[in-house]
Amino acid sequence: MSAAATRNRLPLPALIGVVIGAAIMVAPLLWTLLLSLKSNSELMRDSAAALSPPYTLGNYRDILAGSDVPLWLLNSLIVSLGTTAAVLLLCSLAGYGFARLDFPCRRSLFIFVLLGLAIPEQAVILPRHQLFASMGWHNSYGGLILPGLAAPFGVFFMTQYFRAIPKDLDEAAMLDGASRFRIFWKVLLPLSLPAQATLGVFTFLGSWNDYWWPLISATTSDKYTLTVGLASSQMNYAQTSGLGFLMAQAVFASIPILIVYIIFQKQIVGAMAGAATR
Amino acid sequence: MTRHDRFGGFAFVLPFVGFYSFLLILPFFMGLWISLHRADLFGARKWVGLDNYVRLFGDPVFYQAMGTTFTLALLIVPALTVITLLLALALNRATRSAAIFRGLFFSSSVLSVTIVTLIWRFVLTPDAGLIAKVFTAVGLEPIPFLSHPDWTIPAIAITTIWWGLGLPMMLFLAGLQQIPQDMYEAAALDRASRWTTFFRITLPSLRRTTILVVMLQTAAQLQIFGQAQLLTSGGPSGSSRPIVLYIYEIAFGRWELGYAVAAAEVLFLLVLVLTLAQYWLSTRKEDAIR
Repeated sequence: MSAAATRNRLPLPALIGVVIGAAIMVAPLLWTLLLSLKSNSELMRDSAAALSPPYTLGNYRDILAGSDVPLWLLNSLIVSLGTTAAVLLLCSLAGYGFARLDFPCRRSLFIFVLLGLAIPEQAVILPRHQLFASMGWHNSYGGLILPGLAAPFGVFFMTQYFRAIPKDLDEAAMLDGASRFRIFWKVLLPLSLPAQATLGVFTFLGSWNDYWWPLISATTSDKYTLTVGLASSQMNYAQTSGLGFLMAQAVFASIPILIVYIIFQKQIVGAMAGAATR
Repeated sequence: MTRHDRFGGFAFVLPFVGFYSFLLILPFFMGLWISLHRADLFGARKWVGLDNYVRLFGDPVFYQAMGTTFTLALLIVPALTVITLLLALALNRATRSAAIFRGLFFSSSVLSVTIVTLIWRFVLTPDAGLIAKVFTAVGLEPIPFLSHPDWTIPAIAITTIWWGLGLPMMLFLAGLQQIPQDMYEAAALDRASRWTTFFRITLPSLRRTTILVVMLQTAAQLQIFGQAQLLTSGGPSGSSRPIVLYIYEIAFGRWELGYAVAAAEVLFLLVLVLTLAQYWLSTRKEDAIR
């Protein structure tokens, strides 16, 4: 933290406010964790039983043994990683093209891409559902991955990044007779790794947490992602297996993304702020 | 540069532009076209001109959904802005504990809407929820957060605020970092009080950030969907149904695709006006500073 940050300790009233706020942040998470560690029959009588032992890992065993949750986790991983890889490739190529190469209509094409930043999901999701239905793409990994590839922010982000890299580097390589693609692949791509990490984590998170599109595209439970799968568990809660089991699903589904958050905290915060202030 | 080279640049941008045109631009224009038809989800189409829009503006349920959406935005946006500004002011410090608190307040934002509603359902629900357990322990009647029309909208708002603190807090922190330190030093030389410094330096310097936060949050809350669908299903009797949930129900409950898309276009216009207003306000501000 630079200049404006102070090293001063927090004044007491502010400290009390922050601690109360932190308690409100943590209490629901802790309650969820405790519920997930209790047997369903005990919670059926009174959910306050979660506050005292005995605790058990039984609900987690049930998730791993006989539920669809691990399959949904796998689907989420496939969709999010597939989206991320494709977005990084497409946006890096396009970003390099817009930042470094000269070709007819370059400016108008770039503006055409930036216009997409003003189109919210709601304006396209229903017609896209029609489009995918006519192609027979619903209930497939491709159908879940494709919509994420129209990522104008990614192109904007990569273009800005490539523009900031000094031109001498690729000019030197060009004198050595390297092709455009070789320069991109061998010189600029390695230099853009920090930007790749930021855009990658940002894309992964958005894809992992997406709810609206998988809700209407994946309608059979074998293609559910975690978000849709857990939504269906939540909706069917009254008929099914119990509170502890449901909350164990919530914890189980949170763990991968919280690990990603802890490792990539800087990139996530940076990318979200960047997307907001573009 | 050879002629071949001049067109070579296309090869780099074409893959993206292809996907982008097919997946975003084409559906966008398809949407405008479909909204002028009586269309169902299965492909039947009949041209009706602006009928869907006319119907929409005579539809009391549409007005109810709009009202719910604006009420939610009015509850969420000011609260979120004030809370995150206060958090940013308190946590703009180079101490280890401030860093941990920042990480904690941001952490809920990385969870999906399904997990967030799952967590909050069993905090709010009157039979098994955490709040109800605390209330009964001190002898109070549990609040029917998820079923009583007076409480469903606040319940959705509380859940959304808990979920959304992270980003605006970080934006305010970034804004605070950009205030030149010498302004504070000058104020200290003038023996300005803490309050004077805050109201004369800190708050005016955060104007642009505040506009950004308010506009972004308003745009986000106008499109609120998952929380309402999962926590209350828009009930009881539609009292907590925001506009996107209404669009979803028309399309996938009643299969009236044309009508649903028309409602989505109205929402799109609202969000677009907001985006343009934010752009205008923030560029105008920059000119004023120069």
